[in-house]
Amino acid sequence: MSTTEPIVLGIESSCDETGVGIVRGNRLLANAVSSSMDEHVRFGGVIPEIAARAHLEAFVPTLQSALDTAELTLDDIDAIAVTSGPGLAGALMVGVSAAKALALATGKPLYGINHLVAHVGVGVLEGTILPPTFGALLVSGGHTEILKVTSLTHDVQLLGSTIDDAAGEAYDKTARLLGLGYPGGPAIDKAAKNGDRKAFRFPRGLTLPKFVGNEENPGKHRHNFSFSGLKTAVARCVEHFEANGEEIPVADIAASFQEAVVDVITSKAVRAMQEHGLKTVLLGGGVAANTRLRELLAARCASAGISVVVPPFSLCTDNGGMVAALGAQLVADGVAPSGLDFATDSSQPVTNIVLS
Amino acid sequence: MPNYLSIDTSAHASVALVDYTTGSVIAQKTSPKGNDQTETLASYVRDLLEENNEQGKNLAGIFVGVGPGPFTGLRVGLVAARTFGFVWNVPVYGVMSLHALAERVLRSGEGSGEFVVASDARRKELYWARYDSEGKLLDGPHVSSATELPALPVYGVGAGLYVEELESVGAKPWARSFDWVVDAAHLADRGMDDLLAGKDLSDTAPQYLRESDAQVPAFMKQAKA
Ligand SMILES: [Zn+2]
Repeated sequence: MSTTEPIVLGIESSCDETGVGIVRGNRLLANAVSSSMDEHVRFGGVIPEIAARAHLEAFVPTLQSALDTAELTLDDIDAIAVTSGPGLAGALMVGVSAAKALALATGKPLYGINHLVAHVGVGVLEGTILPPTFGALLVSGGHTEILKVTSLTHDVQLLGSTIDDAAGEAYDKTARLLGLGYPGGPAIDKAAKNGDRKAFRFPRGLTLPKFVGNEENPGKHRHNFSFSGLKTAVARCVEHFEANGEEIPVADIAASFQEAVVDVITSKAVRAMQEHGLKTVLLGGGVAANTRLRELLAARCASAGISVVVPPFSLCTDNGGMVAALGAQLVADGVAPSGLDFATDSSQPVTNIVLS
Repeated sequence: MPNYLSIDTSAHASVALVDYTTGSVIAQKTSPKGNDQTETLASYVRDLLEENNEQGKNLAGIFVGVGPGPFTGLRVGLVAARTFGFVWNVPVYGVMSLHALAERVLRSGEGSGEFVVASDARRKELYWARYDSEGKLLDGPHVSSATELPALPVYGVGAGLYVEELESVGAKPWARSFDWVVDAAHLADRGMDDLLAGKDLSDTAPQYLRESDAQVPAFMKQAKA
């Protein structure tokens, strides 16, 4: 196998996307994704059992599709990587079991890797040059994290994360309240375009001095997020209009809600970057597509002298290519594979990049 | 001589290697636990093949239990079997998992006449099916409380879980079978018989028997109305 440009197949099944991607070193050769999103629409959120059922049916066809696109056979693959966590336990187990069977049947080494670090690892694809140390902001339906990446394969640190809902979950719940459908991110982003983001002042979670502290004496939640209070505030606001028999100002609420989310995310992310001396931030996760988040992050980072890297959208949402990309980095760095006996870890910490 | 690989994870992780011509079990392994399918299955298959000098691509086929069984564990075996079949280019045959218990009843000589087999469905329910004295499926598979089973001898680990309830409706839980879990070796027995009888086993769709439990939230229903 070429250790500088290994061919790695990556498998992703931590939420509602079944992904199989193939890379050669830093080049993406295939990125097949099958999503069960349509089956979750009427529930207004991801139903774990429905997602897991869909993974079982989608796995072999998605694998076949990735191999066809890459014009490779399994013999050409040097190693296999799979998301072992964090994510939905029942969904993770389908991908991990499939990956183990694939590794055993082909005789290839298998890496059980961290989903969050894979979101960052995707940044090495498509000719993007990342500095040796950088920050990452991950925002999706399942996560909201600020990371410090000193080495993709050996040293990733969690600077902050949500203590309740993920940002994307807050979007989904708010979209349901406003009757805007699922997934909530794009729906609210669209409705917000016609609204006044200053119409309502919704709470910015964990921004009080007692949580934030200062740089010398940081509070417990300096870089952490909370979106449950925001969700409650939006619900009260909607109820208020309903109780008075007034029409709900959907666009203004959507815009004001979105402003509260992106304001707190971007301000906390920029502060975390500054205090850790990080000059580059990679934006990942499905909410990276949000126009207001990108706009405000770009503006605030520009003022702070921080450059922003945003991978193509198809690589920001959950996919197998990001798993393969991190897998290729691990192979190139000579990291030992995980073997066949590891368990899934639905709350795998970012410090655990690859299972041993 | 090619052999069959058999996999069932509807109850515990269980694997077996079975002789193609005689149907005799060459080797088998079943986990003592019912919740470690993801961790153990691949290693069990690897060990079985290595210890018996078998190559996956030389297998005559793979039998896989399609349930019913607790969903998460069941899927582990199904996705693995389908993946093995894909990589090794060998056929995968779906076998209803409770057939393994029925085969065990027949081979143990414990039964005569009609009987029922039952495995643990959790949530105070059993997965069960009813057979004639030859092992032909008469009814099922079903999922229900123990009190809905017919007044017949009941075999398998499920019978031991609800002895009083079963006896209250005239069923006869068979004590010597209370440690019988669904296993891959007996599953293969039934699979080979069915193949010889010309049955089509190409369907490996899981027998969930229960919906996903997902509820449409009240306010979403309102929005639709
Ligand atoms: Zn993700």
